[in-house]
Amino acid sequence: MTADLILRVVLLTDYNTRVVVFGTVMLGIAGGVIGVFLLLRRRALLADAVSHAALPGIAGAFLVMVAFGADGRSLPGLLLGALIAGLLGMACVSVIDRYTHLSEDAALGIVLSVFFGFGIALLGVIQKMRGASAAGLASFIFGKTASMLRSDAIFIGVSAVAIVVVAVFLFKELRLATFDPAFGASDGWPVGILDLVLMALVVGVTVLGMQAVGVILVIAVLIVPPAAARFWTDDLARTTVIAGAIGALGGYVGTSISALAPRLPAGAVIVTVMGVGFVVSLMFGTSRGLVHVARERHRLLMRIREQNLLRALFECEEAGAAVDTDRQMSYLGNARSYTGAELGRALARAERDGLVRRDERGVWAFTNAGRARAARFTRNHRLWETYLLEYAESAPSQVDYGADFIEHVLGEELVAELERVVEREGRRVPESVHTLKRGPA
Amino acid sequence: MNDPTRPNAIALHTRDLTVAYHQKPVLWDVDLDVPEAVIAGIIGPNGAGKSTLIKAILDLMPRATGRVELFGKPYAVQRRLIGYVPQRESVDWEYPINALELVAMGLYRKIGWFKPVSRVYREQARAALSEVGMADYADRQISRLSGGQQQRVFLARALVQDALIYFMDEPFAGVDAATEKAIVDILRRLKESGKTVFVVHHDLESVTEYFDYLIMLNMRVVAAGPVDEVFSSENLRRTYGGRLTLLDKAVNAVGRTM
Repeated sequence: MTADLILRVVLLTDYNTRVVVFGTVMLGIAGGVIGVFLLLRRRALLADAVSHAALPGIAGAFLVMVAFGADGRSLPGLLLGALIAGLLGMACVSVIDRYTHLSEDAALGIVLSVFFGFGIALLGVIQKMRGASAAGLASFIFGKTASMLRSDAIFIGVSAVAIVVVAVFLFKELRLATFDPAFGASDGWPVGILDLVLMALVVGVTVLGMQAVGVILVIAVLIVPPAAARFWTDDLARTTVIAGAIGALGGYVGTSISALAPRLPAGAVIVTVMGVGFVVSLMFGTSRGLVHVARERHRLLMRIREQNLLRALFECEEAGAAVDTDRQMSYLGNARSYTGAELGRALARAERDGLVRRDERGVWAFTNAGRARAARFTRNHRLWETYLLEYAESAPSQVDYGADFIEHVLGEELVAELERVVEREGRRVPESVHTLKRGPA
Repeated sequence: MNDPTRPNAIALHTRDLTVAYHQKPVLWDVDLDVPEAVIAGIIGPNGAGKSTLIKAILDLMPRATGRVELFGKPYAVQRRLIGYVPQRESVDWEYPINALELVAMGLYRKIGWFKPVSRVYREQARAALSEVGMADYADRQISRLSGGQQQRVFLARALVQDALIYFMDEPFAGVDAATEKAIVDILRRLKESGKTVFVVHHDLESVTEYFDYLIMLNMRVVAAGPVDEVFSSENLRRTYGGRLTLLDKAVNAVGRTM
């Protein structure tokens, strides 16, 4: 493999690669966009059953076309068969689910395995037929992008655009039907029909994806990019765009890799690339990725520790124990459950942050910034404590120890009242350094 | 607003309403005539069919028999008059949507098919959020709200529907006291402006405080009418059966109103 070849593939100068990449990229976009709603509707496995159920449709369509003397391998004909069988499978699932005591997962399992098994059996029959070349039909099981013609790619592209356009126009309606169908129905929206439209779009993507990635893996095109997108944002429109982008990237990179190593089946490579995208999102997603979550958690811990240390130092001063190193250290050690090493580390960190410094006697004292912050924490803490006592029933949902200024949460009036309560109990409330900012309501 | 030409109109009328699932009737022969501009509580033991009643009225569940009319006309033509607050657990709170977008769903009917939510409607949704004390949380993803805050957002969505008759399925379930108070204030405001509100409720002790009309349900209507007429220990026994602890509580509650 030469650098020249790699360049030709990546830059799409090769005609065949260009055709196939176009097809798989469009498929990836449509799958990502529609899959977002499918996942939110919690119907991911239904799509899996539909795609498996399509196999006997492909075989059946082949038999019918041959019987009528046509070319059994005409793609539109095969996909029509897949569409019909897929819809039939979907109907079976909902009939079993609705009219029998069996639950949906059982219905899905039955339809998926029985239809697929029947499809394999039909393929076996076709293979034994004389004169009928069944070559290529088996490629629908795992997909075979190499067999994609220019006309096929255009067909996939046009259909994918149509599917995405429908989703864009029905964005608000699909959001309603997938988030709260009962409310939508009470408001007069035909949620049942919207649900059908969504399922029809899903079946559409499934059928389009069969040639490229095969009936077994096509579900990945619908599930993996949307699931990955969810780690990057909490906004539905953005989720949809990101899912489409990950789908497109999977199609492009996967197809390119398989063009460079022709023995690698493209469908499997595309799905694997999408899987890599998922893992990267899971780790580094900026909204819910594991690294992000861990960093937030760490930041929270650090903040709590800093607050506790500053408050302990502040109270140490109030208690008059900040006169020599020994008394200060024993006060701090008792105030919080520090081991000596932990206390040392916490103080060192606060020193690095410019909050405390050691005076000539070795006693820890606040810097100006540190004192202001410590006073604020102590003040907030004492007021929150009192608030919890005074408003025990409603407090837990409001108390926010992390809030910079308690006034932002509770309002000036209530805070003034709490101050009076604390002082009545003979404790001091450090003054607020907070000048009231009037933000937008 | 109250229509002066139609004083004390019947807001909700049901006749012979029967609902069944899986071969078993869960609500029988529900006959109701509820006047407008009341806050009507729907109470009854677990499994009594309280939510089912609301869903059957709203056509979310097939009725075996029966008729439902709102202000004298069939439900199907009066649908735009209703607002609905489903049970909080009925939706996925991890859904990628923020509080403002959720409230705006109540405006979809006005916005119409295919059109996105424009600025005018976003401002309406924002106003409703302020009304329930949630203005500062407009951009927050809904899973990052507390239970009480989620319930307020649901309520705001119903408010923007600008309905005449509201159905609320357990709006007080699992909310903090501040939210409970906020909801009660809104119920009263709705009533004062002539709206009718149905509320599925669990806490017998607050019945006399919150409601002026009561539907006592246990698979059939045990009693329905103004609270001071129907909220008696006799009716409570017929609704809840003879369970002692409950009866004690109820007798206390009734005792306070006498």
